[in-house]
Amino acid sequence: MQNGLLPWGLFPNYPQEPYRVFWRSDLPSALTDLARSKTTTLPFGNGRSYGDSCLAASDHVLSMRDLDRIIHADWTRGVVTVEPGLTLGELLAVAIPNGWFLRVTPGTQFVTVGGAIANDVHGKNHHRQGNFGAHVSQLGLLRSKEGFQACSPTANSELFEATVGGLGLTGIIVWAEIQLQRVTATQISAVNQRFDNLDEFFAISAELDVVHEFSVAWVDCAVKGRFAGRGVYLAGDFADEGSLEFSRGSVLNVPLMPPVSLVNRLSLRAFNELYWRSFPSVRKQTRSTCESFFFPLDRILNWNRIYGRRGFQQYQCVLPPENARVGIQELLSTIANSGMGSFLAVLKQFGEYKSTGLLSFPRPGVTLALDFPNRRKHIGKLFTRLDAIVREANGRLYPAKDAHMEPSDFRRAYPRWEELEALRDPSLNSRFWQRVTQ
Amino acid sequence: MSRYLVIGATSAIARACCREWLLPTSRAEAEDPPLFFLVGRDAEKLEHTAVDLLGRGASGAKWVAMDLLDIHAHGDILEEAESFLGGIEVVLVAHGTLPDQNECEVDAEQAVREFSLNATVTISLLNRTARIMTERGRGVIAAITSVAGDRGRPSNYVYGSAKAAVSVFCEGLRARVFRNGVHVIDIRPGFVDTPMTRGLNLPRLLVAAPDMVARRIVRGIRRRKDVLYVPGYWALILWVIRNIPSPIFKRMSL
Repeated sequence: MQNGLLPWGLFPNYPQEPYRVFWRSDLPSALTDLARSKTTTLPFGNGRSYGDSCLAASDHVLSMRDLDRIIHADWTRGVVTVEPGLTLGELLAVAIPNGWFLRVTPGTQFVTVGGAIANDVHGKNHHRQGNFGAHVSQLGLLRSKEGFQACSPTANSELFEATVGGLGLTGIIVWAEIQLQRVTATQISAVNQRFDNLDEFFAISAELDVVHEFSVAWVDCAVKGRFAGRGVYLAGDFADEGSLEFSRGSVLNVPLMPPVSLVNRLSLRAFNELYWRSFPSVRKQTRSTCESFFFPLDRILNWNRIYGRRGFQQYQCVLPPENARVGIQELLSTIANSGMGSFLAVLKQFGEYKSTGLLSFPRPGVTLALDFPNRRKHIGKLFTRLDAIVREANGRLYPAKDAHMEPSDFRRAYPRWEELEALRDPSLNSRFWQRVTQ
Repeated sequence: MSRYLVIGATSAIARACCREWLLPTSRAEAEDPPLFFLVGRDAEKLEHTAVDLLGRGASGAKWVAMDLLDIHAHGDILEEAESFLGGIEVVLVAHGTLPDQNECEVDAEQAVREFSLNATVTISLLNRTARIMTERGRGVIAAITSVAGDRGRPSNYVYGSAKAAVSVFCEGLRARVFRNGVHVIDIRPGFVDTPMTRGLNLPRLLVAAPDMVARRIVRGIRRRKDVLYVPGYWALILWVIRNIPSPIFKRMSL
């Protein structure tokens, strides 16, 4: 019934034909069918990858979203085994009343468990908990030749490390066992503080990251000169007292696709100025719900449509600590001079955690993420300049967000890609993988 | 109300209804989570469904795989459900197939078999549960029929006539048992995005998601509706279709 699935950024525009699977037992025949008729396929979750990493090379994906069952739940130990099409929000809705929360929560609850593993996603507590994959104790993988296999950090560990952050290429995740964390309340006691420039950001981050479980910063990418690099630092912890509540509803919706992007030079400057001014200049304690703290954008359903039919691209990079200060400054000034950018630009310090996956994105350093309306001519030039800065700083881009990365940059930044290629299931391939490796 | 017997429990609509029932609407409901007895054809799928409901907070979920066409076995199954649940409070009859109309036209046996599964089997189950419930003096019988039962169309009248039989049976049964405190609800979904309708070329605007359909069904059951079109706009569409005169209707290839 759904026709032509697209990635979250609506670019590149290769509509994917879904082959829907409703039961785990139907997976082997589905994989065989697709491999025979289309040569290759790719598992597709809820379409929250921004670029072409979720697009099958054949444009025929294996739609996993209907596999959303709970297979086992141990609420005394906080361990759940679930099917991969379950979204994190759906999992939270079940876990929270039992007093459990995800150990790693990305910026949207609409990603599936399978997608969270395949992209080894991170959250605001990377400095404390590492990536999503660090809390997957076991997973079941279906491969076209070998059939079903269980993998974990100790059994079939090579395949496990390739599958975590493996972009769906090593096999179909059939189930995953996930470790949760205990919470007594879902409210967040948060602290926020404005900063006037990057130096202040680094100072606040150094001071508060060690104290708080969660931290992230919004940065104004539109401002130049004295206030370049200004933003708002936001940190928090689960409140000790409160209630266990979770609502999956969205408050607003973007029902239609506007003909042109609503994000432009004017609206961007105006929004950022207002947003910046909405925060007090002194450090302030607040209390918020976990939904608004972790998933601010989920309150607007289909927010990706505000960029119009041509969509948008996200640029997310990480720069190693030694080059972060200079590199981020350079990236921000290049972006501000271009006049492009987005309302939400995010800055975060990653912790020292070693990622599980061969191709996991997070590494120690600072990550910057922001969206750009997909105005072809401008975005190409800008990305070329940004890529040069990232390359110079020895940083790397996030495949889950990418639609433009140069193959040479990918291979330099992810030197273990050949190990993944060796373990790739021959019946799986993505447009991203084809683009950067072939 | 928290003891459910679900027939055809692996169907997408039934599964979505069970999940909906697991979302408590009050503190009292939260403290007394539902109990399920699931009946279906495929043991593995039933087990997956039952385990999922347990993970989502059901206080219990038992399943039995059987061939529903074996009508003589219905009595035993209902007895087992009755004793496991400690009294069936709601029965949701959701099993069914969408027959291949063209095959049924040339194969009378197949037409009868499909009719049996969609109508005779349902009537047997409704009949027996009605007896159990009227004896106790309460309960809700919910049967999933279809908008296709409102009018016989050349493209699917085997399916449609079976659903129509169940609808009329429900109407009569309702009028008989409501005096005994038992309620009968006839649920008529339109196009729903399920494995049953997979591969059909349906108008996309009219296709509803199973969880949305389930929300309306669960609400309709709570509100003791008699006939429930889901989504609601089908009531209007079917009112128009029912009022097309036969001489015209037969010339429209629907």
